[in-house]
Amino acid sequence: MIITRKKEREALLAMLRGVRRAALVGCASCAAACQTGGEKELEETKAFLEDHGIQVLAAVLPEECCHKMLVKRDLKALRGLELDAVVCLACGDGVQTVADNVALPVYPANDTLFLGQVERVGIFHEYCRMCGDCVLGATGGICPVTRCAKGLVNGPCGGQKDGKCEVNPENDCAWILIYRRLERLGKLDSLLIPAGQRHEHAHPAHLNLREGAK
Amino acid sequence: MSQLEKALRAGQFAVTAEVAPPKGADLAPALETARALRGKVHGLNVTDMQSACLKASSLGLCVALKQAGLEPILQMTGRDRNRMALAADLLTAASFGIDTVLALTGDHPAVGDCRDAKPVYDLDSVGILELLTELQAGRDCGGNPLTGVAPQYFGGASATPVYDPLPLQIAKVKRKVDAGARFIQTQAVFTAESLLPFLEGLDRAGINIPVLAGIIPLKSAGMAKFMNDHVPGIAVPQEQIDALAAEKSAGGSPAQLGIRMAAELAARLRAEKLCAGIHIMAIGGEKYIPGLLEQAGIDMQE
Ligand code: SF4
Ligand code: SF4
Repeated sequence: MIITRKKEREALLAMLRGVRRAALVGCASCAAACQTGGEKELEETKAFLEDHGIQVLAAVLPEECCHKMLVKRDLKALRGLELDAVVCLACGDGVQTVADNVALPVYPANDTLFLGQVERVGIFHEYCRMCGDCVLGATGGICPVTRCAKGLVNGPCGGQKDGKCEVNPENDCAWILIYRRLERLGKLDSLLIPAGQRHEHAHPAHLNLREGAK
Repeated sequence: MSQLEKALRAGQFAVTAEVAPPKGADLAPALETARALRGKVHGLNVTDMQSACLKASSLGLCVALKQAGLEPILQMTGRDRNRMALAADLLTAASFGIDTVLALTGDHPAVGDCRDAKPVYDLDSVGILELLTELQAGRDCGGNPLTGVAPQYFGGASATPVYDPLPLQIAKVKRKVDAGARFIQTQAVFTAESLLPFLEGLDRAGINIPVLAGIIPLKSAGMAKFMNDHVPGIAVPQEQIDALAAEKSAGGSPAQLGIRMAAELAARLRAEKLCAGIHIMAIGGEKYIPGLLEQAGIDMQE
């Protein structure tokens, strides 16, 4: 899931200086689960903005705010409204998808943090950096690219102390976790599988699964 | 070929020490420290912003040492440079005749003194060793041919002997050796006993590589306690801490005792042929290194 956090309210207001009439767009998927862009947050944000002199003329909640077709369909609700701006309560992807489909300035209400696991409601952990070359098969299903602070794929640095990471002692050293997991799985020989050359991928990336596409 | 490589090839007990570039633009004091060790050590590691604290570059001081007729060992971390910048520095080093390199991953900027710096880690220690191998084959980091004669390096790596779980550390050393490491300098050890399980682990894994045991002369009980608490892989035994404290209460010099303890350890490692040499990290006390070696009965001219 894409993990987002609400921007500081002052920062949001600062972006919206001069805006009198706005519409809100949330996201019923990740942002709703992060308590940043669901039904409840749309209502809260509406009340907050109206308290600060910004009229909220509409609020829509696409199933997925990063899905162009769904967003296009739901944004029809804004047609004919006299709006100065749209405030989007999704991740950065959602904000851009909305901005691609309205002829208005679109402002992010959230900061987009990482791709992570929902441990339980309200507790998230970064689990994947989308490196494009997954090594989980050799690391017991624990991602060193993400969960090692240095992204080391060839084994640990010398910096762990009592199993904790040198960079942030609140974090377990990912390589100790990997070692323990592989030990339990009887797969310690995986530690010697060379990670090979890592590649930095050029951005922006695209993927086309349509027939005939390369 | 560097003196370190020659010594290790000849099976001589090798001695290296460490010198740090300045936090500033004047290399003269570091050069002077290094000059005082001429003829005493086979090589001088020049640190690469150790503990992620900003300093003049390792390559810069290495060039100055080389030009002064000394034997620099270029420490290179993957923290600040991507593979292109690393390859460029390695080629430049070779052009000045600097061929002995210690490949390190590097401490994270978050633990240093420029905490907002972007960590790079395009290559880790293993990746840097692989890069050395590529350059020696006449190819750059993109597989493109280099011009002229391919540079030759003597690449080494670090290891942390006191590490739990030890098999994970051994596996990492194995990867470094597979990637081309030809010597190991270890994190500091304070007793021969704490080095032995690591050496046995290497043996059992069939890893045959010269190991230079890291030695830090302790200056005081406080320093030892601080390192135990804060420096990963450091385990000063309580007896040594007590002895340093007792020396202080008795009005003696704990720093001199620290040097004696380091010298005893060095002498024992050599006498019992436990490892190929020592790497002395004096952390500002470089001027005591000749005395330490003398007490240990180690003379590199032998
Ligand atoms: S290795 Fe880690 S960052 Fe890369 S795809 Fe797999 S989980 Fe994601
Ligand atoms: S201590 Fe462990 S998790 Fe932290 S940077 Fe080193 S190897 Fe990675």
